[in-house]
Parts: sequence; C-alpha cells; structure tokens
Amino acid sequence: MTTATTSALGGLTSLPPASGRAGFGGALRSEWTKIRSLRSTMWTLGCAIVVTIGLGVLANWGRAHGDDASAARLAQEDLTQRTLFGIIFGQLVMVVFGALAITGEYATGMIRTSLTVQPRRAPVFWAKLLVVTALAFVVGEIISFTSFLISSSFWRAKGISLSLSSPHAMQAVVGGGLYLAGSAVLAFGLGAILRHTAGAITAGVGLLFVATILANFLPQTWQNHFDKWLPFNSGGQVWATQHVVGTDLGAWSGFLVFMIYGAVFVALGSYLFRKRDA
Amino acid sequence: MIEAIGLTKRYGERLAVDDLSFTVKPGQVTGFLGPNGAGKSTTMRLILGLDAPTSGAVTIDGKPFAKVAHPMREVGALLDAKAIHGGRSAHNHLLCLAQTNNLPASRVGEVLDLVGLREVAKKRSKGFSLGMGQRLGIAAALLGDPKVLMFDEPVNGLDPEGILWIRNLMKALAEEGRTVFVSSHLMSEMENTAEHLIVIGRGRLVADCTVQEFIDQNSELTIRVRTPERDRLAALVQAKGAAAAHDGDDALRITRLGMTEVGDLAFDNGIRVHELSPIQASLEQAFMELTKDSVEYHAAVPGQAPAPADAAQINAALATRQGDRS
Repeated sequence: MTTATTSALGGLTSLPPASGRAGFGGALRSEWTKIRSLRSTMWTLGCAIVVTIGLGVLANWGRAHGDDASAARLAQEDLTQRTLFGIIFGQLVMVVFGALAITGEYATGMIRTSLTVQPRRAPVFWAKLLVVTALAFVVGEIISFTSFLISSSFWRAKGISLSLSSPHAMQAVVGGGLYLAGSAVLAFGLGAILRHTAGAITAGVGLLFVATILANFLPQTWQNHFDKWLPFNSGGQVWATQHVVGTDLGAWSGFLVFMIYGAVFVALGSYLFRKRDA
Repeated sequence: MIEAIGLTKRYGERLAVDDLSFTVKPGQVTGFLGPNGAGKSTTMRLILGLDAPTSGAVTIDGKPFAKVAHPMREVGALLDAKAIHGGRSAHNHLLCLAQTNNLPASRVGEVLDLVGLREVAKKRSKGFSLGMGQRLGIAAALLGDPKVLMFDEPVNGLDPEGILWIRNLMKALAEEGRTVFVSSHLMSEMENTAEHLIVIGRGRLVADCTVQEFIDQNSELTIRVRTPERDRLAALVQAKGAAAAHDGDDALRITRLGMTEVGDLAFDNGIRVHELSPIQASLEQAFMELTKDSVEYHAAVPGQAPAPADAAQINAALATRQGDRS
C-alpha cells in the first residue's frame, strides 16, 4: 500500500523497447490464448467429437447388424457417407462453437477490452476467424477420420470392402472435416453480424438444418432446381461418394457453393465488425 | 496528452456528446466530472475509438488512437471492470491482452503482484468481487506501462481501503509524468485526487479549470449570524441588497454580503451578535448547482415537485468561464 505512493509501478521491470507495430501476429497469439483458456470452447468441441462419432458409430453398428441385405446390394450404397452420418448433428455443435467464439465477446463485454488493447479491428477479426477455422478443421478431421475408421469396420465385418482407398472415400472423409470447419465459419460470420449468441446459433441451425427440412415441403419440381443450392445439400456433397446427376452438385462444386455462403456472411460480418460502434 | 476538438456523438435522436473540446495534460490527474448520463463514458469511448464520433476528432499525443504503433504502451484504460470474459482466469485474461501488443508474458505476473491478485491468478474472474474485478482492470491498464491512463468511475463500489489505494495510485502515476484522466460523478472524489477539472453536463463542456479555480468561482460564501434580533438584522442586510434566510429561531444565513460588512452593520445598529461565521459551500454543492439543469433524470421527492433548475446561475457560471478562456 505504501509503495504505491512512492512509485506507482514499483516492482515492475521496465519493458523492452518496442519495435514494429502491434498487428496480426500478436492478435493471432492472443486469439489462440483466448480460445484455449475457456472451458466453454473445450466443452463445445468435446461435445462435437462425442456426439458426431457416437451417433455415427451407433447408427452404423445398428444398420450393419440389422440389415439383411446382401453384401453385393449394400456395396451399391454410399456407405462412406453413412459412416459419416453423425456430421448431421456434429455440424450443429460446430455452429455453436463458431458463433460463440465471437458472440461470447459481445455477451461478456470483453470485446470492448479487446478493441481497447488493439483498436485496429481488421487484425482482431481475421486472427479470430483464422484460429476458429484452424481449430474447427483439426477437430473436424479427427471426428471425420475416427467416425470412418470405426464404422467402416462394421461393414468390412459383413464382407464389404470399405477403406480409405475405396473410390472417393478419402475425398469424403477429408470432406467431412472440411464441412464441419465450414459450418463453424458460417456461424462465425453470422455471429459477427448478429453479435448475439442465441440469435447467431438459431440462424446457423435454421440455415443448415431447418431450411433443408422445410424444402421438403416444396413441390417436387421446385425441389429439383432449388434443393441442391441449400447450404446443407451443397456442402454435404463433399462428404459423399455418390452424387445424383442433375439433382446434386458435385463434391467440390457443392463445397464451393457452401463456401460462398460462408464467405458472404464472413465478408458482411467483417465489414460490420469494423464499422459499428463496439 | 489527450486532445479533443469539437467532439460530437449522436445516438439516434439523442446528442450524447455535444461539440466537446478539451485538452488533458500530462503530469497531473485530470478529473472528468459530470452527473450520470452527462456523456463521460461516451467521451472516453470516443477517445479509444470504440465508438466513432459523429463529428470532430480526438487524438492521443497527436495521433488518432488506431494509428498508434503499440496501443497498450500508449494508453491503459479501465472503462468497465465487467468487460471481461468471466470464464477466463485472471492470468489468461491478462496474457491474451499482453500478446496483442507483443508484451513479454512475464509482465502478467508482475502486474498481478502489483494489484495484489497473485493468489487468485488461476481463478476464473467470474467469481471475483467488485474490488477484485476493479484491480484486475487496473492490472490490465498497467500492462503496457502506458503514457496515458483513463479510468471511468474507478472507485464505484470499492471499500475505503480500495478507494485510498486507487487515489494514491492515480496520483503516483501522474507524478511520474503520465497523463491521468479519471471520471466521476462525485465532486468529493475529485476534490481529493484531481488538480484539473473538466466538467460536462448533457454532453457539453461546463467548466475546464483547476480545482482551486472551480472552488473560487463556484462556491458562494455564506455567513451565519446568531443574534437575538434576527428579524431586524435581516431587514438591514436585505436593504443592502444581500439575501438573508432564517436558520432556526435566532440565526440567519446571509449571502451576497461580506463578513466585515455584516459585522459592521450589526455594530452600527447596536445589534448583539453571538456568532458570526463563514460557511464555505462545499464543492459538491457548487457542482450540483452548476450541473443541475443538465442532470438527465431528476428524482422527484414524494409530495414535492422536482427542483426547478436555476438557469440564471448556470448561465452566470458559463459566462465567467467563457470570459476566462477568451
């Protein structure tokens, strides 16, 4: 208490002289610290892993044991996609992860502190997005590969040849991780636009999940033209090995459409992040 | 040094900050005073670039804040101690801030020691008391050894020990040649800490002067006289143009007349005086007088109409101040 009156910062060693400019590198390290130091992010990602792999394994085990169809008939189906079935639910958890990474700062008020220590907003935004994307990608690939490796063994036990070297299997399994990362990016963009956790998650789930369900109520002729452009249907092609010509987009063209959705939300989000009062 | 020129911020219909120009100089504590809702926090947000001004500009050592190479080495700010993610530990919170400006990680432990939070460094800040949160905010502000420090209502909700600590810290930081800009809605707080005052009301500059000048200009001398002939003395001073108000059965409070004049007047008229004493209006009163028409929300006393604003007095105060500046 008394030291404060003699020297305000007594006990502090003086800082090394500054060089350069605080920018993207520092922002990147900071965003990594932010994301790894929160239990909520860790819980969300852990949840994504358990839900996606768990549901996929459960469903494939059940089908593989209960299905009386011949191995030859089953081999005609897109079993690779079936091993990745859990992604349908995993994407929702990834939406929560991507949205929370940015809306959490608004909900707590941390954003004001973040932008006070680094008033240049572009590096803050892009560093945050990069960290979220990279982490979602790594976790997504872990999920995708684990799901496939476990579930494909059930089908192999039935005498069906299914491995990473099966036709298009590698593309679909890598694609599963890409799709999950893409879901997080899309939600991040929505989060930057809406700045509200519940709003961003609702919008993300609505776009990926509800829109797909609602589209089923459209007249069949419309569906043929409209369905394939929906985020889930376009992005979903990247973790499938079979595409219906005319009805579906291809694996990579579908993923490109999915990426365009994400890019539009991220671009709008970054513009608003820089322009709006924090 | 902080320089604001014609700073204006409009939120929809509401003009939160209205053509504000001022300079906050290094080496002293500058108090930023105004009633709740006067625009103090908004002004601080404008300085930091959290909000963009509708018009006008503000610079820190001649540069807009966003252009500063290492923002944390230039400005340390505590606007809202709750503006942190409660799920993060104190240590990790400070670490993620330090990393943005490439500050050494060792600095985190040092500032935690300085503010006395070493013991709880690994605890999530969610469970912190108001005082601990405030200390964490101050630790964050000091991380970059900044030249300019800004605190928004730093003593709100603190215990007396915490208040004393912050006061001493602010004074010591100013003595080291730093710019210290601290807001408060309590004049009494500023009386003890600040040397210079910037007073605003409804977003507009009301006074920009030293604390002493503020006292001299804004507190009117009141004289208390105790006398058995209360009413006769009241009539006599009123005839001289002074104002006299009853203060109990045997005393008067006289304004607009000097102590000597009152004493002489009583002696010349053979009035016995039992007490003759000056009452200096407190700075708090002066501040309330000065800003009462700019208070956003008046509390009504039940059974009484809200106090009418004394427009004449504020105009007079404004005129004096403008005279000083020209």
